[in-house]
Amino acid sequence: MSIDIKSEVTASAGTLDVCFTVNGIKHRLEVDPRMTLLDALRDVLGLTGTKKGCDQGQCGACTVLVGGRRMNSCLSFAVMHEGDEIRTIEGLASQSTLHPMQASFVKHDGLQCGYCTPGQICSAIGALDELNRGVPSHVSEDLNQIAPSDEEIRERMSGNICRCAAYPNIVAAIREVMERQP
Amino acid sequence: MKHFSYERVSSPMEAAKAFERTPGARYLAGGTNLIDLMKLDIEAPQHLVDINRVGLDAIEHTSDGGLRIGALARNSDVATDERVRRDYPVLARALVSGASGQLRNRATVGGNLLQRTRCVYFYSGDLPCNKRQPGSGCAALEGISRGLAVIGGSEACIATHPSDMAVALRALDAVVETILPDGSKRALPIAELHVLPGQTPHIETVLAPGELITAIVLPKPIGGAHRYLKLRDRASYAFANVSIALIAHFDGPRLGSLRVAFGGLAPKPWRVEAAESGISSASDAANQIVDVALSGAHPTKQNEFKLSLARRALSALLMEERHRFDDNT
Repeated sequence: MSIDIKSEVTASAGTLDVCFTVNGIKHRLEVDPRMTLLDALRDVLGLTGTKKGCDQGQCGACTVLVGGRRMNSCLSFAVMHEGDEIRTIEGLASQSTLHPMQASFVKHDGLQCGYCTPGQICSAIGALDELNRGVPSHVSEDLNQIAPSDEEIRERMSGNICRCAAYPNIVAAIREVMERQP
Repeated sequence: MKHFSYERVSSPMEAAKAFERTPGARYLAGGTNLIDLMKLDIEAPQHLVDINRVGLDAIEHTSDGGLRIGALARNSDVATDERVRRDYPVLARALVSGASGQLRNRATVGGNLLQRTRCVYFYSGDLPCNKRQPGSGCAALEGISRGLAVIGGSEACIATHPSDMAVALRALDAVVETILPDGSKRALPIAELHVLPGQTPHIETVLAPGELITAIVLPKPIGGAHRYLKLRDRASYAFANVSIALIAHFDGPRLGSLRVAFGGLAPKPWRVEAAESGISSASDAANQIVDVALSGAHPTKQNEFKLSLARRALSALLMEERHRFDDNT
């Protein structure tokens, strides 16, 4: 009986089913097609580490990793992510060990109020992966031989705004992880 | 946001059929522009056809030595493709000069061509805009026009096309391939895709309802020096005041042939082929090209700076390329 009621509600409200994995856990959600991935993470799954800043793709606070690639979760509908592997700030640390990027942000004091930090960290992880994969940037002098530098970090992180302007420390935190990479 | 129904399709033909079947449908690709506009109720599709899984994301050689880029290929993947970086660097440069890392990972090349203007009045629902609401007027003409068009606009609209990629494609003479709901296909030169506003600024391309971009085809590489210069109000993540896609061939120390397309100046990528012929002296090439390509410009007081900026930017680019040639010989 309860199942019947639920399906009736589903039909009248026009919701849709979607399955995706967040931080290694598979979820099946019933969502309004208008619900963004950001709202699904925060309001349905309770993963409030990912932040809503501008909700227009301009600030980067909502950055998550989808299939290992960084994207703005506010500019994507949850229903578009059927089968996707999503990683949020909550899924970076293993047990009690911080992800190297998290540890580096702590070490270099790469934040003040902290609101943009989950997005900064997810974006930085994505940015370094792009650097390793040879994705060029606007400041790459040679498109085929990219030299890691502070300038590269700043350019690649331009989609993440920090209103406290912790930028020098954010760059230092990312640089340390970048330099430790093989 | 207005309510809409949603469906996911798995082939281009299925997409076109779904579009035809459902009134008020729109295609949904990366969503980086459409979803933003839907949040503001500037776009309010009744039905979304999600084309992200139609399999049009490959980048492959064409039989005549060119490159076919699937319409769903993401901006960052195209900029990273070895063949694009090697043979069409002006395209790679244009792509990475646009948006942010997050957006480039998501935005598709087909969607990039069809993105809407960033004119602030188009985004302001309470102010007149002929593009958003035909017949309501244009608040930009007497308003904030610093970023808007200096050429190709009309008394109905002076919005610019915001794409960097399209400017490079214009210099490369790319071709846009499409499929229509009746199953027919066509290939449009990039120069013919976008239309000038005239009295109907809400019509931005020649695409028919439901016509789906399936690929962008780059002709065989033409070599030469490739440059994309983007001048904007901040160093990154901003739209162009003026941008230039340049492909130049030097014949000894003399300038051989060149192609110049401008961004940030017009409602579409702006290239005037007639401006590129008969140029032999590199030292005066910028003046000769700009005089012809931008003749008939109608800037406002706020954006007339773009005309001299375009002239000086092209002059600087050509001088740099000339010096590079001298250094290498």
